[in-house]
Parts: sequence; C-alpha cells; structure tokens
Amino acid sequence: MAFLDFVPNLGRQVLLTIPNLGAAARFLLRSLVAVINRHFSIQQLLKQVYGFGVRSLLLMIVAAFFTGMVLGFQGYYALVRFGATSALGTLVALSLLRELGPVLTALLFAGRAGSALTAEISSMKATEQLNAMEMMAVNPFAWVVAPRLWAGIIVVPILCAIFDLVGIFGGYLISVPVLGVDGGTFWAQMQSNVTFSGDILTGLFKALCFGLVVTWIAAWQGYAAQPTAEGVGNATTRSVVTASLAVLGLDFILTAFLFT
Amino acid sequence: MAAEALVELENVHFSRGPHPVLAGVDMRIPHGAIVSLMGASGGGKTTMLNLMAGTLAPQSGRIRVAGQDLHALDFEDLYRLRRRMGMLFQHSALFTDFSAFENVAFPLRRHFRLNESILRKLVLMKLEAVGLRGAAGLMPAELSGGMARRVALARAVVMDPMLIFYDEPFTGLDPISVGIIATLIRRLNDALGATSILVSHDVQETFSIADYGYILAGGKIIAEGSPEALRASDSELARQFLSGQPDGPVPFHYPARDNYVTALTGSAAAGEVI
Repeated sequence: MAFLDFVPNLGRQVLLTIPNLGAAARFLLRSLVAVINRHFSIQQLLKQVYGFGVRSLLLMIVAAFFTGMVLGFQGYYALVRFGATSALGTLVALSLLRELGPVLTALLFAGRAGSALTAEISSMKATEQLNAMEMMAVNPFAWVVAPRLWAGIIVVPILCAIFDLVGIFGGYLISVPVLGVDGGTFWAQMQSNVTFSGDILTGLFKALCFGLVVTWIAAWQGYAAQPTAEGVGNATTRSVVTASLAVLGLDFILTAFLFT
Repeated sequence: MAAEALVELENVHFSRGPHPVLAGVDMRIPHGAIVSLMGASGGGKTTMLNLMAGTLAPQSGRIRVAGQDLHALDFEDLYRLRRRMGMLFQHSALFTDFSAFENVAFPLRRHFRLNESILRKLVLMKLEAVGLRGAAGLMPAELSGGMARRVALARAVVMDPMLIFYDEPFTGLDPISVGIIATLIRRLNDALGATSILVSHDVQETFSIADYGYILAGGKIIAEGSPEALRASDSELARQFLSGQPDGPVPFHYPARDNYVTALTGSAAAGEVI
C-alpha cells in the first residue's frame, strides 16, 4: 500500500512544484526588470550594497584567512612527500580562485545576508508593509526586491575577490614564514600557473551566478512566505537550505562547463 | 443613498481555492459618505476591500471605481487610480526602518519631486491633523498602538485621496484611542471631501460615524441601510450580529460529527479527525 501511495504522492508533489518554479521564475524576471521602473532607487541599492557587503566583510575575512591557512597546511603535507612544495602557491591560489572562494563566499553569504533578506521581506509581508506599498501605488518589486537582488549580484563577486585575496595571504603566512617554503617560489609559481581569464575571471563569474541564485532564492522565499510568525521562521530556514544546495549543485554544472 | 456612486460592485464572486468567500455581492458606495461593512471575522470583509482596491481580482462580476472598471485597467492605470486612494491597515503597516515623519512623507517622495520645505509643511500638516506633530521624529517601535494607527492614518490621507479604506481601524486599541480614531475618520472624510469605506466589527463605534452600512454573512450582503435601519432589521442574522448574541443563525458550536454524549462515551477524542 505504501508503494501504491508513493506514486500519486510523488505526482502530486511534482504538480505542486512546477507552478511554484514558474512563479519563482516570473518573480525573478519582474525583479530584474524593475530596475527600469521609476520607483527603483539608487540610494536603496547603495544601502543594500552596504548592508550585504560591508556588514559581511568581517565574516568573509576571518573565514578566508582560516581557509587559506588550512589549505597551506594540507597542501604542504601532501606535496612535501613528493618534494613538490614549490607548487604550494599554485595549489592554494587555484583552489581558492576556482572553487573555494566562490563556493564558500556564496554559502557564507546565504547564511549571513540571505537569511536576513528572507526574514526582512517575509516580515514586511506579514506586517502588510508590501500591501501598503501597493496601495500607495509604489511597486514593491522596484522599491524592495530589485535593490536587494541587484545588490546581491554586485556584492558577491566583490566579496569573493576579497575572500580569494585574504585566503591566499593566509596560505602564504602558513607556507612561507611557518613551514619554510621559499617565498619567491611560492609567488613565482602562482604567477606563472594562474591565468587572469581562465582562473580569476571564471571564479568571479561563478560568484556572480551564485550571488544571483542565493539572493533570488532568499527574496523569493521571503515573498512567498506564509504571513505568520511560523511562516517567517520556516521561510528563513528554507532559504538557507535551498540556497546552499543550489550553490553546490550549480557549482558542479558551472565547473563542468567552464573548466573543461 | 441618492448621491452618485463612487464605488459599485455588481454580482461579485470570489473564492480561495474551493472555498467561496463572496457569492454574488452587490454594493454601492456614494460620493462623500462613510460606509461601513460589517460581518463576522473571516467573513470576507478584508477581501472585499482588497477587491475594491484592485489588489485582488474577482472570479466574476464587476467592480467600478470612479467610473472605471477596475479589472479592465492595465497596471499603469491601476496605479494612477490608487494614487487617489488611501488605506489604513489593521496593523498600521508602518515601515519599521522609517520615522513617523518619513512614513508620512513616503508616498509624496515616491510620486512627486517636491521642494523639501513644501514636503515638510505637507507632512507636518497631516501629522498635526492626527495630533502627532510632536512625534514626527519617533520610530514606529517607539509609538503605542493608537499612535501608530494615527501615523498610518496621516500617511493614508497625505495624498488627499478621494477614497479611503479602513481595515479594522479600532481593533486592539484602548477606548480613548478608539474614540480618537473614530473622530478622525469622520473629520478627515469631511475635511477632504473624501469617501470612506470602513470595515469593522465594532458596532457601536462604527455606527457612531457611518452614514450607511452593509452586513456581510455567508458571502452575501444580508442587510443594508442607515445605522437606525440596520438596528431595526428583520434579518435574524443581522440582529444576532448587532446585539452580539453568542448563538443564533451563526451557531455557537462548530459542527461535530457525533453528538456530545456519543463523543464522551466513544473512544475517539472529540474533534479528532480520523
């Protein structure tokens, strides 16, 4: 019986999910296009860039520093067995620029800014602030959603670049002064093996895609939340979980396309 | 009700999923009047306000506001019409990151490029009208429920609307605040030459300011007329509602599958869904 129930339940779940995906896609389109609406405000955009970016900076720097140091340690102990510690700079830089920088930045961003964004929009919905805007003939997509979405798209690549830099510096501090790798070799190997368009730009492009996806999911979860205290809590949890999984899934797809 | 109608509803049907909320509602709101819409909680009153404001669309029927068929309007025309409407929300819906002054200034800033000194005068005039000029710099978290409702009222009328919606304006307020809000609704409606639609289940306060009233039950208008006419209504449902009787056409008991004795002696818990 349980198996017989499974098939219609799966079908029902799929039928429920498809309209939701359509609604989320329409939401994204309306939010992106709202940038040309007259109620879109550059001031609001800058405020969000500050909120998402500057306020996430300390978290990113600390996380990047430790990630870089751990990479230095692990890379050193793996390479020293083959006498290849001269490649440590390249290993640290490529790991950060191609994968860890964009992915960890996006995951931290989803936890730090994405959750706050979902909670903010869902609370605005629960307290009728979005309805109030509609009634004042002010498009909430232009005033509330679009500045946040565009701020996410702008901020995540910048945070990722900072993450990469701090991470590489952390890797350097462990590799050169602590573990005794030659500093000149560390930087020279990195310089000759890391390409600007192939590694740095593609990593930042990944971050841009993650920024869009994380902010989209966070804003959509807030907008579609049940307007109750429980609904706000559920939406916030769902936002972080969905955005994190989406980042990891999308990373696989982007890596397959960009680095082959 | 002889004056020309500002808002007209004709045979409006609306349902949420399989549940019908409105089943053929006809209403006529004349220019300049304060019209109350009363009914039990969850009876579709707020839905009706949203339909008249164009934030919801009916499944069938027609709604006309200022001579325009609301649901035939495109997005831009609907927004243009909404600039001439104001709404006081049940929970005030003030923007929590703005001060009282900025909340009231918000619609003006978004729609007009006003000189800062003119804008300041307009906002302070509205705050003065609701008695809160002195609270202009306070944040919504620093305002009491009654004060927040008054700031929201100042914001609802800052564009001098032709039509003002009030969604449960008296709910959760102390008697002094209720009296203040009721007086303000009447005073602002008359001073602005506006038309007001007041959704409430506070019979006494509503009847003290309304010119005309409708009672909504079971998705239909069951009684209408002046407050005096409604009090003398033949409808048992209207009488139960207006006198606050716990039992009547609207039953006290939620329908149960078994009778009381069977439920007590049976093994399934009362109200248990099996």
